[in-house]
Amino acid sequence: MRKDWDVIVIGAGPAGLAAAAAACDAGAGVCLVERESRPGGILKQCIHDGFGLVRYGEKLTGPEYAWRDIEAVRRRNIPIWTETFLLELQRAGDGFVLTMQNREQAVFQLTARALVAATGCRERTARQIFIHGQRPAGIYTAGTVQHMINIQGYLPGRRCVILGSGDIGLIMARRLVLEGARVEGVYEIKPEPSGLTRNLVQCLQDYNIPLHLSTTVTRVLGRERVEGVVVCPADENLRPLPDRGRIVPCDTLVLSVGLIPENDILEPLGVELNPRTGGPVVDQRLAANVPGLFSCGNALHVNDLVDYVSESGEIAGRAAAAYALGRTQPPNHAELVPEGDILYAVPGRLDLAAGGKAVVYLRANRTIGNARLTISAGDKTVLRKRYPVLRPPEMERIVLDLADLPAGAGAVKLSLRGEENG
Amino acid sequence: MAKELICIQCPQGCRLQVSGRGEGLKVRGNKCARGIAYAGKELTNPSRTLTTTVRTCFPDFPVLPVRTRGEVPLARIFACMEEINAVRVERRLRPGDVVLDRLAGTGVPLIATADMGEGKAVYH
Repeated sequence: MRKDWDVIVIGAGPAGLAAAAAACDAGAGVCLVERESRPGGILKQCIHDGFGLVRYGEKLTGPEYAWRDIEAVRRRNIPIWTETFLLELQRAGDGFVLTMQNREQAVFQLTARALVAATGCRERTARQIFIHGQRPAGIYTAGTVQHMINIQGYLPGRRCVILGSGDIGLIMARRLVLEGARVEGVYEIKPEPSGLTRNLVQCLQDYNIPLHLSTTVTRVLGRERVEGVVVCPADENLRPLPDRGRIVPCDTLVLSVGLIPENDILEPLGVELNPRTGGPVVDQRLAANVPGLFSCGNALHVNDLVDYVSESGEIAGRAAAAYALGRTQPPNHAELVPEGDILYAVPGRLDLAAGGKAVVYLRANRTIGNARLTISAGDKTVLRKRYPVLRPPEMERIVLDLADLPAGAGAVKLSLRGEENG
Repeated sequence: MAKELICIQCPQGCRLQVSGRGEGLKVRGNKCARGIAYAGKELTNPSRTLTTTVRTCFPDFPVLPVRTRGEVPLARIFACMEEINAVRVERRLRPGDVVLDRLAGTGVPLIATADMGEGKAVYH
C-alpha cells in the first residue's frame, strides 16, 4: 500500500470527489480520506432533487449527483479510505504528515506534498443560539432529522416546530409531512426568509405549512421529552418581545439555524481563517496561507448550490496537483477587498503570478435592488455588472480575468452598491 | 387579471406574472423557456417530482432513496406515498433501477436514486 502521495484529499463529499478527479487528471498520485462508511458526503441524505442544473443541465437528486462523482473517482482507480478518521495533521519538510485511524490498520500515517481540505460544514446547534433550560429529548438539527429519516428510516417525532427558515429546514418540513408527521410551523426571527424562494413554494406552500417571520422560539417546555415551545414575535433589532409569547404544543423542535465551515483539524498548521466565512483565506487557486494547503466546498464557505461546490473542488484539486508536481511559481498576492453591500467574497486575494481567471463568489449583506457591482484596481475599472435584485441567500458567481488587471496592481476593490427594499 | 407565480424549475426562483390560459397564456418575468412551461402547467395541473425513501431488507442500507421518473399531480402525492410505504426492496439496486412500474395510477414509474453497493462498502 502506497504511503507517500502527491495529493491527499480530506473528505469524500462532492468537493473532495471533484478535487480528487481533477488532481488525478492533472497527473498527480491522489487518494481520498473519508470518515463515513460511504463516499458522497451530505448528498447521501439530500434525497430531494434540484442538484446539478448548472453542472449537468438536468435536475438530479443528491444521491444521483454524488453517484456521478463516485463513478468518476472509481473509473480513475483513486483509492478512498472509508471509515478512516484523520487524527492529526502536521507539516513535515515541504509536505504534510497525516495521522489516521481505521479498523484494519489501527493508527497509521500517510504523507503528501499537497493537501485538499474538503471537510464540509456542520450545523449550528441549540446551544449556539442560546436556547437554554432543560434538555428534553426531541431537539434536533435539521440535518440530524434528515439523517434519521432518509438514512436510518426513523421518524423522530409526530408534531414538529421548525426554528429557522434555512433550506434544510424547509426541505425537512416537507419531508416530515410526507412521512406522516404534523409540522406546526416554521419560525424565522428575521423579517425575511433565509432559504431559496422556490423552497418556500414547493416545501411550505404546497403542503400548507405556515411560515412565521419576525418570530422566534424562546423556551422549550418539557423535562423528559419536548412538550411544547414558547414562540415570541421579535422587533426589528431581532429582540424577542417576551410579553407577547404563546405556547405551541409539539414533541419535536427542529433547528435550521445556519451552517459553520469545519476547519478545526487545520488549526495546528496555522491556517488563516476569514471570520466572515469561517473558511480559510485563499487566492483564486484556492490556496491557503500554508504552502501546499488548498480548501474547497463548504469548508471554504457555505454554498447554496452543490454545482459550485464541485467547481471549487475541481479548482483546488488542479491547483494542488500543480503545486505537488512543482509546476507553480512563487505567489505574488494582491488583496481582493470587498466594499459596500457585500457580506463576503471568496477568494480573499489574487495570485497575480499564477494569472488566469478567478472565479469569485459573493453574497449581499441585505436584500438590495438595482445593484451595481464593480471591480477596480487603482483608477481602472476592470469589471462592471448590474443586478435587478440581490438577496443574501442567493450566492453570485462572477469570473475575473487577471489579464485585465493593470500591471503591478496592489489591492483590487470589489464594490457592491444597491438600493434598499429591492 | 395577472396572477403571480414563483417558478421552481431552478434556484433562481423567477417571479412570474401570468395571465390568460391555453393558447392565450402570457408569461412575464421568466428568464428562460422553462418558466413558460411551468406557468402553463401550474395553472392547469400542478405537478411535482416526488422524492422519498422505501424500506429495504438490508440492515446496512435500511431505506433506499427513490424518485418518480417524471412528475406526478400534486393532488396525488399522498396517494403515491401510501403505495410507496407498502414497498420493501429485497434486491440491491442502483440509480435508475425501477422500484414500482406505475405509481398509484399515475403511469409514472418510481426509480432508485442511490447505489446500494454490495454489503459493506470497501474502496481501497
